[in-house]
Amino acid sequence: MEYVIEMLNIRKAFPGIVANDNINLQVKKGEIHALLGENGAGKSTLMNVLFGLYQPERGEIRVRGEKVHINSPNKANDLGIGMVHQHFMLVDTFTVAENIILGKEPKKFGRIDRKRAGQEVQDISDRYGLQIHPEAKAADISVGMQQRAEILKTLYRGADILIFDEPTAVLTPHEIKELMQIMKNLVKEGKSIILITHKLKEIMEICDRVTVIRKGKGIKTLDVRDTNQDELASLMVGREVSFKTEKRAAQPGAEVLAIDGITVKDTRGIETVRDLSLSVKAGEIVGIAGVDGNGQSELIEAVTGLRKTDSGTITLNGKQIQNLTPRKITESGIGHIPQDRHKHGLVLDFPIGENILLQSYYKKPYSALGVLHKGEMYKKARSLITEYDVRTPDEYTHARALSGGNQQKAIIGREIDRNPDLLIAAQPTRGLDVGAIEFVHKKLIEQRDAGKAVLLLSFELEEIMNLSDRIAVIFEGRIIASVNPQETTEQELGLLMAGSTQKEAGKANG
Amino acid sequence: MVKRLSHLLVPLIAIILGLAAGALIMLVSGYSVASGYSALWNGIFGEIYYVGETIRQITPYILSGLAVAFAFRTGLFNIGVEGQLLVGWTAAVWVGTAFDGPAYIHLPLALITAAAAGGLWGFIPGILKARFYVHEVIVTIMMNYIALHMTNYIISNVLTDHQDKTGKIHESASLRSPFLEQITDYSRLHLGIIVALLAAVIMWFIINKSTKGFELRAVGFNQHASQYAGMSVRKNIMTSMLISGAFAGLAGAMEGLGTFEYAAVKGAFTGVGFDGIAVALLGGNTAVGVVLAACLLGGLKIGALNMPIESGVPSEVVDIVIAIIILFVASSYAIRFVMGKLKKKGAN
Repeated sequence: MEYVIEMLNIRKAFPGIVANDNINLQVKKGEIHALLGENGAGKSTLMNVLFGLYQPERGEIRVRGEKVHINSPNKANDLGIGMVHQHFMLVDTFTVAENIILGKEPKKFGRIDRKRAGQEVQDISDRYGLQIHPEAKAADISVGMQQRAEILKTLYRGADILIFDEPTAVLTPHEIKELMQIMKNLVKEGKSIILITHKLKEIMEICDRVTVIRKGKGIKTLDVRDTNQDELASLMVGREVSFKTEKRAAQPGAEVLAIDGITVKDTRGIETVRDLSLSVKAGEIVGIAGVDGNGQSELIEAVTGLRKTDSGTITLNGKQIQNLTPRKITESGIGHIPQDRHKHGLVLDFPIGENILLQSYYKKPYSALGVLHKGEMYKKARSLITEYDVRTPDEYTHARALSGGNQQKAIIGREIDRNPDLLIAAQPTRGLDVGAIEFVHKKLIEQRDAGKAVLLLSFELEEIMNLSDRIAVIFEGRIIASVNPQETTEQELGLLMAGSTQKEAGKANG
Repeated sequence: MVKRLSHLLVPLIAIILGLAAGALIMLVSGYSVASGYSALWNGIFGEIYYVGETIRQITPYILSGLAVAFAFRTGLFNIGVEGQLLVGWTAAVWVGTAFDGPAYIHLPLALITAAAAGGLWGFIPGILKARFYVHEVIVTIMMNYIALHMTNYIISNVLTDHQDKTGKIHESASLRSPFLEQITDYSRLHLGIIVALLAAVIMWFIINKSTKGFELRAVGFNQHASQYAGMSVRKNIMTSMLISGAFAGLAGAMEGLGTFEYAAVKGAFTGVGFDGIAVALLGGNTAVGVVLAACLLGGLKIGALNMPIESGVPSEVVDIVIAIIILFVASSYAIRFVMGKLKKKGAN
């Protein structure tokens, strides 16, 4: 059997933690090999060892059968190993082509040969179906295209073993489909791919084999054909995981949130929410389904006071709240798990304890007569850290140092603990692993069962279908349909999200 | 604890490197390093008079350093401390010369007026930033020039009749203390040092202990999260510039009510406001750090005056030393990098 990559008995320890403990990874030529594990299981460490960013203490690496010593990313590049990073490394003000040739520019008389660069980039793009515009500025292109530019960058450098680090975390469902097609094209052309992920569905759909690692140890390598999502999940987490979130039937009560005909402009001044109406009752979860960019973000910003509405009314428990300040809206009974936890949810350079009090620091007993009572703050923080299982060395650790899942748990604890009548959860599980997702879902359903209204925004159709008691489909700034998740399918929802009317979608479905 | 130590270590290493560079320059230029630095030492501690003068110099440095540090901790660059200082100086002298009264009213009134004037001068860039997103660096730099020429105009046209210097302030508004002068061999040491140290305590309290300080720091780190958490980003920016400017205004009052007891038409900036940037940087933008850094800079500046007299070494050597210290603190990343490498080697 021919392996292009063999990592044998790799061990890498950091102070206080063994990140990789005798891990084996063998990748065959021309396969898509998944590296599966929870956040913090040691996937990234292993790949950084392969990419030359870390030196292992023990073990050996073979590339195409030959033992190699990879001590820098340049060496990895020379061996034909390329990495597509999760956080893109593009220079915003450069064109796509300039970004791709950066560091390996074709030259003519000592000057960059732009024509040849553009041509070479175009050639590679066409060969693998990447659909890149070489002349577009990196800042102006979509997230999906930025990622394709990253892929092209590795190919331009002659990579034939590509590492993808959680590539779908930032993509819309449509972009994910495109990426999968590209990955198929790549292996068809003889490339080998290592896919780092914790999304089981993707593995089942596209991978040939999968290596599961857990807490720094290699657990098993299996053929995807011979396994299923449940087995993979329990291998990854080390216990049984339920996918279907258990919940009782909803018992909707009085209307908590009523949005009536609001219009909202985005930062560029374009009306992205148009005459939108929506209602959420106590004791139900209403999910908003839609393709990214159809006004979801602006809708939530308007409800939470971060953005002004131009017309229409937003009513919470019978009181109009549109265009009040965020603090007044928060105090009138809204909890908000924001879409971008780094931008809105946390002050990353504050201790996690102070972040947990970010919405109530000014209230008694945390503040009195303008003086902060840090003892009280940290006491409260400690109790929420325990209650919501936020894994952190202590409450003084900066939020930046926590993993995404634990940051999210802290935010959820903070918002739920204030006991709001309406909880807005915007992409609450983005970038989280299976265990953390389970936790978040459980908490949202608990809120609903406690008689709170929950408004859920997610781009993961599965999440919407699983959690919602009612699904509102948003398209071009309007709610165009309201469906019952028990009576619909992903296909119907997909068509609605693309702007078909309910009648058409229903027909296609039937 | 380890973190605290490394916070201290970087400035300490920078100081050593700065002094080493100064020694090298003296050596290359044919001066005696030992006599040069002993003259510097003597210029600070050699006589009680020098100690008094050094503390007098430290006083405005503490306040201008606090002004820069306060703004910086809330995410703003106040380059306009120099202008706010000039405005504060003039306002203090105005109150000090305009009328007479009991000292317990007159002196505090003069100080408060200086703080208010400096605060107002900082508030203007604050409004422009909060309302119209005009970058505070540009505005504060421009406001320095406006302050320089406006105070010159006021001194020669409003406070005096075409003189280039105001009269002496009334005794009741003065920070001068015969006692302090006497114990320091009649240096110009005045009570301002108490005001400066109090201001450092106030800065520490606002930033670290008050609810407002929590908001100010939050806005400094992440405006979006602060807005989400219901804080008013605009108000906090304006408040921060107001308080920062008030510290700077007080720095001016130290000169106007203490050191000089008058205000004079100036051809150029005093430099104390700009040195505040160095003090804040060296002091890591904390209140305690600012006090320590002001001591260092004030000491070096005053000590340098003795170098040409005692050893013939030009005092400019000290300017180079200061510049190099600041250079190394600013590039503290380089020092930390080398320290990290050394630590790794030690571990192996």
